[in-house]
Amino acid sequence: MILTRRNALVLALGSVAAAAIPVSAFAAVDEAVAAFTGGAEVVVGPGVTLTAPEIAENGNTVPVGVDAPGAVSIMILAAGNPTPAVATFIFGELAGAHMASTRIRLSKTQDVIAIAKMPDGSFVRASSEVKVTIGGCGG
Amino acid sequence: MISRREFLQASVAASALYGASGVGNWSRLAAQQVLTQDQLLQFDAFGNVTLIHITDIHAQLKPIWFREPDTNIGVGDVRGIPPHITGKDFIKEFNLTPGSPEAYALTYEDFTALGKTYGKMGGMDRVATVVKSIRADRPEAIILDGGDTWHGSMTSLLTKGQDVVNVMNKLGVEAMTSHWEWTLGTERVKEIVESLPFPFLGQNIFDKEWDEPAFDPYTWFERGGAKIAVIGQAFPYMPIANPGWMFPEYSFGIRDERMQEMVDEVRAAGADLVVVLSHNGFDVDRKMAGRVQGIDVILTGHTHDAIPEPVLVGQTILIASGSHGKYVSRVDLDVRDGKMMGFRHKLIPIFSDVITPDPEMAQLIDAERAPFKDQLEEVIGKTESLLYRRGNFNGTWDDLICDAMLSERDAEIAMSPGVRWGASVMPGDNITREDIHNATSMTYPACYRTEMTGEFLNVILEDVADNLFNVDPYYQQGGDMVRVGGLGYSIDVSKPIGSRISNMTHLKTGAAIDPARNYVVAGWASVNETAEGPPIWDVVEAHIRKIGTVKLEPNTSVTVTGA
Repeated sequence: MILTRRNALVLALGSVAAAAIPVSAFAAVDEAVAAFTGGAEVVVGPGVTLTAPEIAENGNTVPVGVDAPGAVSIMILAAGNPTPAVATFIFGELAGAHMASTRIRLSKTQDVIAIAKMPDGSFVRASSEVKVTIGGCGG
Repeated sequence: MISRREFLQASVAASALYGASGVGNWSRLAAQQVLTQDQLLQFDAFGNVTLIHITDIHAQLKPIWFREPDTNIGVGDVRGIPPHITGKDFIKEFNLTPGSPEAYALTYEDFTALGKTYGKMGGMDRVATVVKSIRADRPEAIILDGGDTWHGSMTSLLTKGQDVVNVMNKLGVEAMTSHWEWTLGTERVKEIVESLPFPFLGQNIFDKEWDEPAFDPYTWFERGGAKIAVIGQAFPYMPIANPGWMFPEYSFGIRDERMQEMVDEVRAAGADLVVVLSHNGFDVDRKMAGRVQGIDVILTGHTHDAIPEPVLVGQTILIASGSHGKYVSRVDLDVRDGKMMGFRHKLIPIFSDVITPDPEMAQLIDAERAPFKDQLEEVIGKTESLLYRRGNFNGTWDDLICDAMLSERDAEIAMSPGVRWGASVMPGDNITREDIHNATSMTYPACYRTEMTGEFLNVILEDVADNLFNVDPYYQQGGDMVRVGGLGYSIDVSKPIGSRISNMTHLKTGAAIDPARNYVVAGWASVNETAEGPPIWDVVEAHIRKIGTVKLEPNTSVTVTGA
């Protein structure tokens, strides 16, 4: 099967895990992480690279990418959103690259977090602050 | 064996000794009335490669007055270091003599008085003379334009940038990058780019739909026996700082991981020298130089800083060449065996009365202006005050524009964008329509009138303040604080977002701004497509005609702490 880039994006969007009950954002982040890791320790990378803009050009559609060579799965969270869970990408054994990108909506300036599950069962984490601003006045 | 770092340091010291770095020591010469073009251009050629850098001319083809900032606060790691020093501190830092030509060119001190002695700066006909002189000395010199070129004057607005394009093509520019160019809209930008005899570079300009590179990331030069890669970096925050709806197809961003890829790519392809032609702004470039390995020279732009010596970050030199055609940088480099072994640099101030205009360029500029001459030169009023805009907070041009909006739009509060462009007008001079356009010209000039709550006004001030005073340069957009009329406030620049602004006061009544109350606000340069109202230059013109002579009192409505 030839996967075009558009198809890949559609597939990636299709795999978005739509879970999470917004109790409070922080509790929801902790819950989502716990559900993903089963309570295992999460260390800050290397091993996972998160690409996100420093300042969002449009908070309604912020491009983010994750890359974790060898990862079994990668979860993305938007820590400041009412519903922090964004997506969990699951890679099969034959996956050529363990990377994915999508666009997410951010309600305000916040950390975007990526957690990758590695084949040995360990978890690595990367995060990046994305600023959502009203803009104007540049010059 | 001398290491590269030692060599660079030795080179700076030696250059300073011979007056070949920085601006030179002309105060004595000026005192003797012998400041000449030859002295301004004096430069002992060095090495085998020469770069000529000009940036942020904002479409100023004729000589202008331009007062440098009195306030340019740096926060975090860059507090109190260049370019975040002004006035007497700047004079001390670079060992200038107060009252000298270089002090006049580089600082605001005694600007009005010194202007009478040293005259206007810039003019692309003078720049052409400088470029020709450098090329006579070093025929293979590369001319690079850092962007903010096609915007900023009445003629550039009326010709959609064509007058400046014609002038820069004649000057012999060989590559450029961009910022305000995009406010002409995608279609016009593409039309001009197709006509340019040189590449329009931007490694960080991406097609939005597919997130793929949209313009050439770099170009090659083979000069002086060296293979030189010039990588372009457009202004990273285009759709945030300017109206994204005018160029909806494109996404920008800093993208330093791709910058690293591009540097690695050109190195692998045999680059002896890697130059980044950037519109990031100085602090963003300084941070990028520490994160991206393998750049030899960053030609900085956007923040309009003129720094008389290169700033070193690791193995990278940063060159800051000012704005409005006021300076040209010449950078000579010794490039051998795939390495930059040393440099010699001079920031050449364009004293328009000292440098002879290039006749061909002067003729071209006059021809470009001829169809609009009457409109440009019409006298609207007169000013008793120096009109300027440059500095973190309101300048007198901003105060005049805000007064015009309060009065002509019957508003309680006025907001004017904190852009860093705009020529000055000297006290006692007439204000022409061209002068008004120099401070207001743009493709989204609507002067809107709307209501905002006190709470929202606070959000705007906090938001813009964070774009200027965030301790991480990657979260700064450049530009300065939004200018306000009818509103006073205090700002502690050392605080985080949400807690910098206090004591917001409605100046007319002296009452504290009520977060819940609606205020009538006039403003311009909204990035919102739906903004409506007369163009700001008409509002300012109507106001000046009514008052006849502009006389502004010192503005004390903003109190700054934490610097």
